[in-house]
Amino acid sequence: MRRVPAWRRGLRPYLLSVPAVLLIIGILYAFFYGVYYTVLNYAATNPTPSFVGADNYRSVLGDPLFWRSAGTTLLYAVAATGLETVLGVAIALLLNRSTLIGKTFERLLILPLMIAPVIAGVIWKLMFNPQFGVLNHVLGLGSTFDWLSKDRALASTILVDVWIYTPFVAILVLAGIRSLPKEPFEASDVDGANWFYMFRRLMLPMMWPYILVAVIFRFMDCLKVFDAVYVLTAGGPGVTTTTLQIGAFEDSITNLNYSRGSTYMFLLWIIVFITARYLVSVLGKAQRRAAGAGA
Amino acid sequence: MAITSRFARELTPGQKRVTPGSVVADLAILAWFVFSLFPLVWMVLLALKNDAQQTSTYFEFSPTLANFGTVLSQRGEDLTSVDFGHAMLTSVLNCAGAVVVSLVVGIPAAYAAGRWKFRGSEDLMFQMLSFRFAPELMVIVPLFVIYNTLGIFDTKLGMVWVLQLVTMPLVVWILRSYFTDLAPELEQAALLDGYTRTRAFLTVALPLVRPGIAAAALLAFIFAWNNYLFPLILTDSQATTVTVAVTKYLGGGGQAYYNLTAAAAILGALPPLVLALTIQRYLVRGLSFGAVKA
Repeated sequence: MRRVPAWRRGLRPYLLSVPAVLLIIGILYAFFYGVYYTVLNYAATNPTPSFVGADNYRSVLGDPLFWRSAGTTLLYAVAATGLETVLGVAIALLLNRSTLIGKTFERLLILPLMIAPVIAGVIWKLMFNPQFGVLNHVLGLGSTFDWLSKDRALASTILVDVWIYTPFVAILVLAGIRSLPKEPFEASDVDGANWFYMFRRLMLPMMWPYILVAVIFRFMDCLKVFDAVYVLTAGGPGVTTTTLQIGAFEDSITNLNYSRGSTYMFLLWIIVFITARYLVSVLGKAQRRAAGAGA
Repeated sequence: MAITSRFARELTPGQKRVTPGSVVADLAILAWFVFSLFPLVWMVLLALKNDAQQTSTYFEFSPTLANFGTVLSQRGEDLTSVDFGHAMLTSVLNCAGAVVVSLVVGIPAAYAAGRWKFRGSEDLMFQMLSFRFAPELMVIVPLFVIYNTLGIFDTKLGMVWVLQLVTMPLVVWILRSYFTDLAPELEQAALLDGYTRTRAFLTVALPLVRPGIAAAALLAFIFAWNNYLFPLILTDSQATTVTVAVTKYLGGGGQAYYNLTAAAAILGALPPLVLALTIQRYLVRGLSFGAVKA
């Protein structure tokens, strides 16, 4: 075997990562430019920006609309993630015990998940139409029931999110169920444990890492939700479905106020980054615990 | 040891028998699939209706394929000012380009992160993960300015570069889990046989993770295809993609073309659906970034 000097061996993983790091730097360059915008007054109306310090932050943080869209985003994320988790776990359990239909349809479970969210939004927009949409016709709601009215728009966008992403939770949890060892169930069966006890004490703890991965992905994605909601309501009626990323879109793209929009986004990015760090550390602990329990 | 309790059998993987309970489960699952698949079925029906029938919500009609032709032809272009056929082709090229670059750049990085624990490797991986979760707009506004300066606004090159943000983290994270699972002894044996490290990687490690590479590439293609915000802001007409083109059919000035919208939606959804069904076996690992193995 040819000897490779130790310093070159130590360098090897770094050399292999260089191309990826270069691409990351390319993107980070844009990112830091965006952060730089937050201390300027850069807008289409003001192409020669100057330094304004914390003005944008004061403006955004003092804007009731920012807090309202933060609340809308949180409500959206909690409701959608919660519903998708409960439904997804239920579907996984049902598919696990279903005998005929489950086998037939299981492959089709992921179809909504694979369509672009924006196309899913288009599909539901057609179905939501009060006069010509199929939903009111099939559900017998007449032609005056408006799914995207002021009171219902947020719930309707959450419904679409549930339609798209429940399969994501379901297939992750189903994979978890299928990877479970049989022995603990057999042992606890001998001890005369009932279904609920087994579910709570055996299945749930062992499946927890799978559920947690699904919850993390869904919650993080909901915080920056844009595509389907934008197509369905564009944030309206009024500001009832204006999530943080839609609010930032309106500031920076519609109103061409780049600095304010970037500030909006940077604040969202901070929220997302901290949440991600925290949830990933929780996941790491859960996976180590599950690995310990399985061994 | 056989499981005796009826309840326990239901929870245990792989033990199935037709019971009253399983019939109830089947019915509940059927209800979900009706909800889940109805919108797709309805879109297909709507896309097959002619202009006179498009506003009816009934199921009986005489189907026609003309709408797909219209969407892909000059007439569709006149209605929406988007050349849908061109957008389909652009999407294919953009996504293929992004996937190829991601593989070339991502495979070595994934191998490094999967094989060695080196200073900064976890930070690098978390940085990648944060791309997956970061809100796109944070980089889009500066990129819009940079692209205009560089002259790559509304070009395929510009789209390929930015779609890296979507595809590379996916490729690196999925493949890292494949490389981690690969026993290091395999390459060590090759090294003992006098192979160089590079040759050991190319002839031993790489072929063994081929299924992972295929799955990562196809999933990355789907994710790039489905992206909406980047092409919405960073392209105009030349490099516009399917996702942006589909929405143009909704905004018809006054006149509604539900059937054409449905046809465009189906054309835009078809490639990811077909690809997803071909890599179904690997989807769990891919969708969860390799965090969950199945």
